[in-house]
Amino acid sequence: MKTDLYKYILGIADNSLILGQRLGELCGHGPSLETDIACTNISLDLFGQVRSYYQYAAKIIGDGRSEDDIAMLRKEREYVNVLLVEQPNRDFAYTMARQFLFDVYHLLFLNELQKSKDETLSAIAKKSIKEVSYHQRFSSDWVKRLGDGTAESHQKMQNAIDGLWTYTDELFHQTEADKIIVSEGIGVDVTVLKAAYYTAVSKILTESTLKVPELKWFQKGGKQGIHTEHLGYLLSDLQYMQRTYPNMKW
Amino acid sequence: MVVTEQHIDQKLFPVLEQVSDPEIPVLSIMEMGVVRTAVIENDIVKVQITPTYSGCPAMDVIGEDIQKALLDAGYQSEIELILSPAWTTDWITSKGRKALEEYGIAAPLDAEADKSVLLEGQKLVKCTNCNSINTRLVSQFGSTACKAQFQCNDCQEPFDYFKCL
Repeated sequence: MKTDLYKYILGIADNSLILGQRLGELCGHGPSLETDIACTNISLDLFGQVRSYYQYAAKIIGDGRSEDDIAMLRKEREYVNVLLVEQPNRDFAYTMARQFLFDVYHLLFLNELQKSKDETLSAIAKKSIKEVSYHQRFSSDWVKRLGDGTAESHQKMQNAIDGLWTYTDELFHQTEADKIIVSEGIGVDVTVLKAAYYTAVSKILTESTLKVPELKWFQKGGKQGIHTEHLGYLLSDLQYMQRTYPNMKW
Repeated sequence: MVVTEQHIDQKLFPVLEQVSDPEIPVLSIMEMGVVRTAVIENDIVKVQITPTYSGCPAMDVIGEDIQKALLDAGYQSEIELILSPAWTTDWITSKGRKALEEYGIAAPLDAEADKSVLLEGQKLVKCTNCNSINTRLVSQFGSTACKAQFQCNDCQEPFDYFKCL
C-alpha cells in the first residue's frame, strides 16, 4: 500500500514536473513578451503543485530521500509521466496544443482528486484546480485563436493536434498501483474520464474550425517508464546542476 | 491539518501587520489573508500561512519575515505552510483592496465577472489611473502568477488586475 501510494503520487507529480520544465524552456524565448510570461507563469504553478506532491511522496516512502532527490535524481526509466507532456515545444502551436490536450485532462482529474479520502491529496487538488482552470482558459483560447486565425496559423494548429493526438489515450490508462489506490478510495479512476475528455476536446476543436483526428492507434509506455527519445534530453537539462555538483543548494 | 477559521491572537496583530507582501509591498500579509493561525503556545508563536498560488516564490520570504518581526517583538516562532482550505481572493480585506487600487493593481472582481472579463472580453475592470471601464485584457498572465495584464483604452495606461481565485 505504501509503495503503491508512492508510485501513484509520482504518476501525478511527474506529469506536472516534465510539462513545467518544457514550458520553462520558453523563458526568454516565447514568441511575444505576454506569451513568454504566461508560459513561465503556468510552469511556476505546476512546479508549485509538484513540490506539494513530492514532499508528500517523500513522507510516504520515508527512506530519507527529500522532495528534491525524488524530483532530480531518478533515472529516465523511473519517471512515469505520460508521453504527451515530454513532447518538445517545436513551434508555439505545438506548445499550446500540448498544453490544451493536457489541461482538459488535468482539470477533469483534479476535480475527481478533490474527493479523495486522502486528506493531503484532496487539499493539493483543491488548491491546484483553481490555478489549472486558468491554464485551460489560456490554452483553449490559443487553440481557438490559431485554429480560427489565418490559413497558416490554422494549418500549424491542425498539424500540432494531429501530431499529438496519438499521445492522448495514454492519459486514461491505469497501472497496477493505480488500480489498488483507486480501490482504496484515494485515487481517481481515469478510465471513466475518457468520454468527458474527448467530448470537451472535440467541442473546442470544432469551435476552432479544426478537424478532430480520426486516429485509432495510440502510443503508450510513459506510465511504465518507457519514454520517447525526447525525455532523456529534457532530463539532462533538468538534472544538470545536481548531477554535476551533487547536493548543491540554491 | 485542515484549518477552516482564521484564528489569530489579538496581541500578535500589530506585529503581523508590519509584515508586508514582498511582491506587493503596500499590502500587509494580514490584509492579504495569508495568515490563518497565530497563537502563543508555551511561549512559542505557532503561525500557519497559506500560499496565494502553489508556486508563489514569496512564501519562503514571508515565513522568514514573520519570524524576524516576531523575534523583534520578543517571540520565538514556528511557521507551518498549509494548503487547505485553499486561499481565495475573498480573504483580501477591504483595506487591502483599497491599498491594491492605490498601488495601481485593479482588485479582483467576483468569480462570475472575472470569467466574463478574462474569457469574453467584457469591460468590467476599472482603470487604476483614470477609473474608466473602457479597458482591455492584454494577457491572462501578468508579472506574477496572481495577476493579469490590462490596458486602458482611454488613457492608454497599462496596469495589472488581481485575478479572482
